[in-house]
Amino acid sequence: MNKANLTFYERASDALANPSSLQAIRVGARKFVTHRATAVAAFPEMDTLRDRARLIRAHTLSSLDVFLAEFADNVEANGGCVFWAKNATEANDYVVKLAGAREVRQVVKSKSMVTEEIELNHALEAAGVQVVESDLGEFIIQLAGEKPSHILAPALHKTRAQVGQLFEKNLNTRYTDDLFALNEIARSHLRDIFLSADMGISGVNFGVSESGTVSLVTNEGNGRFTTSVPRIHVALMGMERLVPTLADLAIMLPVLEVSATGQKLTVYNNLITGPRRPGEPDGPEELHVVILDNGRSEILATEVAEILYCIRCGACLNVCPVYQSIGGHAYGSVYSGPVGSVLTPALMGLDQWHQLPHASTLCGACKEICPIRIDIPRLLLQLRNAGNRAYHSPAWLRTGMRTYRTIAQRPFLFRLGLRIGSVATRLLAKQGWLKVIPSPLSGWTDHRAFPALAKKSFRQLWAERKPKEYAS
Amino acid sequence: MVEILEAQGIAVEFSCDQTCCGQPAFNGGFWNDARGMARHTLDVFSRTGDPIVVPSGSCADMIVHQYPELLRDDVEYVSKAQNVAARTYEFTQFMVDKIGLSNVGASFCGRAAYHPSCHGMRGLNLREQAQTLMEHVDGLEQVELPCAEECCGFGGLFSVTMSAISGAILEQKLDHLIASGADLLVASDVGCLMHMAGGLQRRGSEIAVKHIAEILNEQG
Repeated sequence: MNKANLTFYERASDALANPSSLQAIRVGARKFVTHRATAVAAFPEMDTLRDRARLIRAHTLSSLDVFLAEFADNVEANGGCVFWAKNATEANDYVVKLAGAREVRQVVKSKSMVTEEIELNHALEAAGVQVVESDLGEFIIQLAGEKPSHILAPALHKTRAQVGQLFEKNLNTRYTDDLFALNEIARSHLRDIFLSADMGISGVNFGVSESGTVSLVTNEGNGRFTTSVPRIHVALMGMERLVPTLADLAIMLPVLEVSATGQKLTVYNNLITGPRRPGEPDGPEELHVVILDNGRSEILATEVAEILYCIRCGACLNVCPVYQSIGGHAYGSVYSGPVGSVLTPALMGLDQWHQLPHASTLCGACKEICPIRIDIPRLLLQLRNAGNRAYHSPAWLRTGMRTYRTIAQRPFLFRLGLRIGSVATRLLAKQGWLKVIPSPLSGWTDHRAFPALAKKSFRQLWAERKPKEYAS
Repeated sequence: MVEILEAQGIAVEFSCDQTCCGQPAFNGGFWNDARGMARHTLDVFSRTGDPIVVPSGSCADMIVHQYPELLRDDVEYVSKAQNVAARTYEFTQFMVDKIGLSNVGASFCGRAAYHPSCHGMRGLNLREQAQTLMEHVDGLEQVELPCAEECCGFGGLFSVTMSAISGAILEQKLDHLIASGADLLVASDVGCLMHMAGGLQRRGSEIAVKHIAEILNEQG
């Protein structure tokens, strides 16, 4: 089945029919939330750092052109190459051509959401280059032929038994669901690939303008392997992922790491400033930094520009009741959860993605946990409004809402409506509850009963009661 | 709510001209319709200068936080919105924070789980007002609701247009509620109450569902 043609709601309904993977997601997401809460409790400066981090992001984006130019100049001064990619095609073409020119046969990658966004693996494989993901989660979903279901933990939806089966089928090993054994299998398989790959491709957590440094954080050490052993390192970066100074980076990293995994410090914090210099014992011969626009510069000028503050910690996914209930794949884009519901339509257009902003109860858990305090519910509302202005909402809802407004602006009609509602619902109800209400509102009674309205509304009771004498 | 306030010697007015605050339209992205309802509501409440008490956290949050934003380009109404927003309180907020009352002398027998509704909790930052009021209810035992701060899945139109997702979130909430051992579910938002009550009804559960004012108005 071609899932790309399904609507969000259809994909979500598919997901709801797969309880084992939903259980894995729910357990995993809740674990992240607990770890973060523990880390925050032991880190009293966190709230101050979050405020500071928000200011840094706002400052960076307010002069993004200046910081980008400074960053690119410094990458080049350090001996690296910079390529400005307007869109996915340009970015992919650049990497594919580079691979061709340098006779690259095998690429090893560390986790990068930007390369997922532009589907770089497909482009490289189509050009005959073998690509191996080295982040354990990415490695698992690459074997399964799937997309990431979580920004941070791409294989969150997989159970250990499913991983054991995948390894047994693809890696010529005996089935095990022991976590240490599974880790060991992946580790020994990947070790050879790190040593034989000609090119390492990574993402960028932050680019530092003042020094041209690429900051990359990983827990498995695969990022350091990927960026230091192969002879060419290509780093792909969304154009908004900058910080002005190394001092700013020192604030952003703990904020990211605590929010993402609940660690005080991620195990491997890499600061990559240029390729190997003469006399240095290791590092790649070439460093290429691809700076990707792909719709970002247009978001800057819209009412949802704040979404570009995002540092991809994934915390908003973990606390989101919608994400917890349907997982990441249902969103249909590599960016899932609350941030994805804003970012995907903002990057790729509301025409195709207008349902996503509605995939939220507006409970505000995302805003509360966001390290940068991005007002995600407000951005979702902005996109809902923009979608309605472009007539993406169903006609019954548009007309219904206009009628409701007309009634609500006229108290007499509102009272009349309540009376009609009361009579009608009481007529249809059994013991005070309706089992079914008619379309287009029938969704309600698919999952819950609907209460009949009271015989007398509050305003009727109020009108009937004697004016109260208050002692003054 | 009226009876509780009056028992404290507070004069209560209610204008039958008030209708809906417009939250369904606002949350659905129909901001023009929401503005129409907001202006009507502001006209009604601008007739008085007294505090406004709302028995539902999300409606209060709509008036307090969304009206001034929604009408920010409306020269006539933006100041009305700010004025009304500054004197609007959710019920438990009014009781505990505004008039400083946490014991209304109520008594009610039951094991109660309190669901802190999202808009009250995160929008209005109501973290323990309701629990404080419930602590002082004679005979009422408060039990801990696991993952209490997670949404019940209502979300207004979301519960109709994305009913299956909303229903899945509701099931989680009800599982937690049943695990808590409570025989009574209390909340301060009528939307969430209707949603959870509808779910419990569908399950055939015996757990009673009440707005906090219904508890506080019981005199044993």
